[in-house]
Amino acid sequence: MAPDGTPALKVVGTRPIRPDGVDKVTGRAQFGADFQLPGQLVGKVLRSPHAHARIRSIDISKAEAVPGVKAVMTAADMPEITSEEAFVGEGPADFKDMSGNTMARDKALYDGHAVAAVAATSAAAADAALAAIVVDYEVLPHVIEVEDAMVEGAPILHDDMFTSGVDPKPTKPSNVAKRMVFQLGDVDAAFEKADIVIERKYKTAPVHQGYIEPHACVAQYAADGQVQIYCSSQGQFMVRAYVAKLLGIDISEIRVTPLEIGGGFGGKTLVYLEPLAVVLSRKSGRPVKMAMTREEVFRGSGPTSGGTVWVKIGAKRDGTIIAGDAVLKFQAGAYAGSPVGPGCMTAFAVYDLQDVRITGYDVVTNRPKVAAYRAPGAPISNFGIESAVDELARELGMDPVELRLKNAAKKGTKAAYGPTFGDIGCVETLEAVKNHPNYQASLGPNQGRGVASGFWFNIGGESSATVNINEDGTAVVATGNPDIGGSRASMAMMAAEVLGIEVERVRPIVADTSSVGYCFLTGGSRVTFATGMAVVEASKSVVNELKARAAKIWDIPVEAVEWQDGEAVPAGSNAGDFEPLSLEDIAAKSGRTGGPIASTSSLNAQGAGPGFGTHVVDVEVDRETGHVKVLRYLATQDAGRAIHPSYVEGQIQGGAVQGIGWALNEEYIYDDKGRLENPGFLDYRIPVASDLPMIDTVVVEVPNPRHPYGARGVGEVPIVPPMAAMANAIQDAIGIRLTELPMSPPKVRKAVDEQAAAEE
Amino acid sequence: MARIVLTHSACHRYTDGKAELESDAASIRALVRDLETRFPGLGRQVEESMAVAIDGVMYQDDLTAPIPEGAEVYLLPRIGGG
Repeated sequence: MAPDGTPALKVVGTRPIRPDGVDKVTGRAQFGADFQLPGQLVGKVLRSPHAHARIRSIDISKAEAVPGVKAVMTAADMPEITSEEAFVGEGPADFKDMSGNTMARDKALYDGHAVAAVAATSAAAADAALAAIVVDYEVLPHVIEVEDAMVEGAPILHDDMFTSGVDPKPTKPSNVAKRMVFQLGDVDAAFEKADIVIERKYKTAPVHQGYIEPHACVAQYAADGQVQIYCSSQGQFMVRAYVAKLLGIDISEIRVTPLEIGGGFGGKTLVYLEPLAVVLSRKSGRPVKMAMTREEVFRGSGPTSGGTVWVKIGAKRDGTIIAGDAVLKFQAGAYAGSPVGPGCMTAFAVYDLQDVRITGYDVVTNRPKVAAYRAPGAPISNFGIESAVDELARELGMDPVELRLKNAAKKGTKAAYGPTFGDIGCVETLEAVKNHPNYQASLGPNQGRGVASGFWFNIGGESSATVNINEDGTAVVATGNPDIGGSRASMAMMAAEVLGIEVERVRPIVADTSSVGYCFLTGGSRVTFATGMAVVEASKSVVNELKARAAKIWDIPVEAVEWQDGEAVPAGSNAGDFEPLSLEDIAAKSGRTGGPIASTSSLNAQGAGPGFGTHVVDVEVDRETGHVKVLRYLATQDAGRAIHPSYVEGQIQGGAVQGIGWALNEEYIYDDKGRLENPGFLDYRIPVASDLPMIDTVVVEVPNPRHPYGARGVGEVPIVPPMAAMANAIQDAIGIRLTELPMSPPKVRKAVDEQAAAEE
Repeated sequence: MARIVLTHSACHRYTDGKAELESDAASIRALVRDLETRFPGLGRQVEESMAVAIDGVMYQDDLTAPIPEGAEVYLLPRIGGG
């Protein structure tokens, strides 16, 4: 038994070798671009060179005549879809917009917007066909930055977009899709009581998820209308549903087989190529393979929003934060649907704050439509709020961890977005920082330390799992979520825990859409929680069946059988004197005791436990070059219960590293015509191993009472605090508050020069 | 009777600005019906695009969740993730 009286766990919490490891290190794993079908064609996309242009006409006749070309398509080959909202990744989206983003119909809305596609017998023929397509554009004025898009007279992207959430309803179209306000208490009155008020505006740049594997798929449209899609995505059921909707095909006609995914981080919760490949296959009668280049990934797929964050916080002299106000303006890219809603709701969530108001604006601009990215929206608002809290700590002369501990959300705190928190680990992450050697390490000249905390809700949702017991007593666990963050391992471990067998005897698979029950996509840090619950329920059902089979073999009531350590045993001396029956024994006799042993569970998991994390980073700033070197980095996070601690640590480290890139280097650079100038990893700088120290982690465990083993999602939280932590560390190092991301060498150098000039 | 709190401005247009309501609904399904009856459009919005937090526990797409007597219920935008 564990100290708290619960049964000791034998598999959960250990670190077995990942079941997909050998495939991935030997190159046997098949990612999106690895898959081939006999006779497949090469599909390619023609993209708009203009940031904003009306499409007067598209002439594909010359392209169709290119030798080797088997199909050419435009938006005219896709059904014209009316507005219908769907829930996509970080928030609601519209199928009309999704269709338009997949293939421009009347207007190209960003540099890289797909306008036509071809399928040919070779890449050279496909390229020749793209070059032969004649698009007659009327180039229109464009707008890139969020606040420029909001001003009177800005180029309007959508003539039918009227700002919702304002009263009276506007009569003129606007780039502001939506205004929203979240409010608790009386903010203005609370500010009246404040001894100190910090007010400042911050700005973040749109950044790409930076997944290493570009989007890729193979689609086959058969003569009888059956569609097969093989692709890398964050959800085979998502791909099936969206392709069905966008092309007007029954879901039953589509089978999507998930391939390995080389990173997604939210960016693969959408479809880009799949509908085009299906149309091209339908037109050509051949399978069509499509794969984006890196340039296409940057120009044609969604980053997360950039935005501005105006923050005002009020506090008492003792450090009690009593009021918070923020205005968030997020650019959504070419179609409405930025994550400004969760940005608002998470903004002050790490604090016990009863008087709070957050206003959000969702704004379209001539950039790629944003996609989800880890904790969508939260890192942007967090950068502003946690930078301002650091400024408050400096004003008060308080240690930043102590200030946060004084105000931290805890069990019973009414969250700044409303509901009362249950069991959460915000305080525990701060205590873990305070007690870590990194927080005591001494700092030298031009070195500084920054702290920030972050929050994400986590979600549950619909999941299915099937557990099959093989004849030899081994097991197969089939689920429907692509394995991005180690879900195969955690699914196998939870099944092994319930079955009472070694995890190596459980083979986890990610099944296609026709082979397993529905699973919502892999996102929102939901899979270990929700799909894990389905695995546990299916495994429990299997155990019940195993007990029933043992009862049959022993000819005793099933109530007289217990399951212990992978064996059926009599419940007590009254049940009879029988030698234990192992899972292997029972499986071997399954045919004679009722047939195969298997169980499926489908559920809609609710009550995902919120996640909190605190990061502390030490940096050294080179005043001559503006280069910021990360000396130490510590991330602490509440995982509820770490099913496989190595994966949890890996998620935390990955999120921190992505956040460091967001903080220091990543940004889209556009020319004056709205064309992206840095669509590649040479010019769009993400961190590499040599840029970083080891990311230290501390996993704290405040169990989530809604999960059988206490798990919480862990993938989102770690990208929330890094940007503010980095800015706070730079302030600590050189005494300059940087308010705009990325804090790249030219900007740091400029700030240092301005500081020097001011001191002269 | 449960206390229903609407912190999000998108709900207020249905309630003429009221941010707090009461309902004797015993489940989310009953709450949706009750809100739709009293504030046409709000029930539909809750059902289609909102999360419901009952005593701090978030529910999405779950009409069956019970609402205990005296519960604190928040109507919030749906949550996704990356």
